[in-house]
Amino acid sequence: MTNSAPALDADERAAAQYPGARLPDRRRSVHSLGVNLAVSEWGDEHAPAIFCSHGGFDFSGTFDVFAPLLAAGGYRVVVWDQRGHGDSDHAPLYSWDADIRDLLNVLDSIGREPAILLGHSKGGSISTTAIQVAPQRVRAFVNIDGIPSHRPPPDVADHERTKLLATELSGWLDHRRAAGAKVRRADTLGGLAERRGRMNPRLSKPWLRYLVTRGARKDADGWRWKIDPVLRPGGFGPWRAQWSMARLASLPVPLLGLLATESEPMGWDTSPADVKPVLPPRAEIVQLEGVGHFIHIEQPARVAKLVLDFLRSVAA
Amino acid sequence: MKTRRLRHARIELALHELRAGAGRALLLLHGLGERSPSAAPPFAERWPGPVFALDFAGHGESSMSIGGGYTAEVLMGDADTALRELGSATLLGRGLGAYVALLLAGARPAQVRGAVLCDGLGLAGGGAEAATPSVVYPNPHAAAPPDPFALVELARDVRPPDYATAFVRQANELSGLERPITVCCAEKPDWLEAALREPGVQTASIEDALAYYAKR
Repeated sequence: MTNSAPALDADERAAAQYPGARLPDRRRSVHSLGVNLAVSEWGDEHAPAIFCSHGGFDFSGTFDVFAPLLAAGGYRVVVWDQRGHGDSDHAPLYSWDADIRDLLNVLDSIGREPAILLGHSKGGSISTTAIQVAPQRVRAFVNIDGIPSHRPPPDVADHERTKLLATELSGWLDHRRAAGAKVRRADTLGGLAERRGRMNPRLSKPWLRYLVTRGARKDADGWRWKIDPVLRPGGFGPWRAQWSMARLASLPVPLLGLLATESEPMGWDTSPADVKPVLPPRAEIVQLEGVGHFIHIEQPARVAKLVLDFLRSVAA
Repeated sequence: MKTRRLRHARIELALHELRAGAGRALLLLHGLGERSPSAAPPFAERWPGPVFALDFAGHGESSMSIGGGYTAEVLMGDADTALRELGSATLLGRGLGAYVALLLAGARPAQVRGAVLCDGLGLAGGGAEAATPSVVYPNPHAAAPPDPFALVELARDVRPPDYATAFVRQANELSGLERPITVCCAEKPDWLEAALREPGVQTASIEDALAYYAKR
């Protein structure tokens, strides 16, 4: 937030408090090939590190309840805002490769000891690729609903598929044409909480309002998400789920994979049966009943216990 | 040569007017690591309209990204920015520019009046399947284009055959042209072989292809 940002009113100050949420113990910045990444840390800085990658369109503040629980279990928890997200720089262009390089630069920022990676959604996917790129840097991996599935899309006639693709493509190009001048829409804190609630229908109102105070900023005309307006969900490209799926089997580190049961707009709808044939040797898959895609945000205590138990079993 | 400066999100693009004229433009798209020519090439001599050439992001006089992020889809957005400026155009792409021309012909079928695909650097990209993941750290201090990140990332860009044919089918169904794509290449990577098996894709010399689209 800049110095000229308007002050929070009493209601907004109250929203910035949430039971169990703790702001990072330390904040720093990692310079990744010209882009400044905002890094947050919780826990003893000499403890073994867990590097957490948030999902697409998320931000490190979504770890404010979950990360302190992992830190209390004896870990140094490192979370960074991906380029274009949260408090990190907005970049001229974005790509998978750039996110992987950023992840490895954040890893490098604390040394060369093999670390634990944890990633949610897109963060789970970039962590998977990062392990394949630099296996010697990682000793265990927790993937939170970031495993794709092989399941083909529902049957659509070819001519319908063409129309769908045409709409998607022209929509994307129209967005790119306008993106240079785009700013995110200003709203009230409550308005942004309500919008986030559509993606996270099981989160309480106070938790949603707290998340807004971390992922959005207050400008003179209202609150707006910090994420770069150039970014748009539902990108496209030649990516195929089977490339990621087949390579899951080659992961050389113990894996804990968490899956959801509740279908949601941002969810991946991957089931244990989808994943079973491609699991690496030391893998455990847990499906959490009644939980949606944002598993660790919805049930931080339950997920922290699973993660800490898994890490204990790996150490043993 | 006059140059127009266009904005595609945070990239400033250089669109060069190689030859003035009235009517539909011919838009040249260069290959990987190349830049636009400084004059209209001889093959465009009989093209009835103006001739333009676009420098892609990270190339020629266009601006560079910071820390990479180049994909063929981003470059399609570059070419679409030029298309917005020109209204409609016939595209002629070399190498990487040929692949981008195909993508845009499928994505903007009403505005692209024919795409001519020619040999050039970066035609194959990163092949048909995702290769073993690897990470390269190009020099982040490159003073001028071509951006080393662009060279690395666009040489690894995966081009599955069925992805390319999806764009051919769109051009076929939505452009109203009988043969919206013309291939003039000796090199035929998998994506281009697959495109050639689709209806609406013809092979011809560059001159014949341009003569064909000039009348449509």
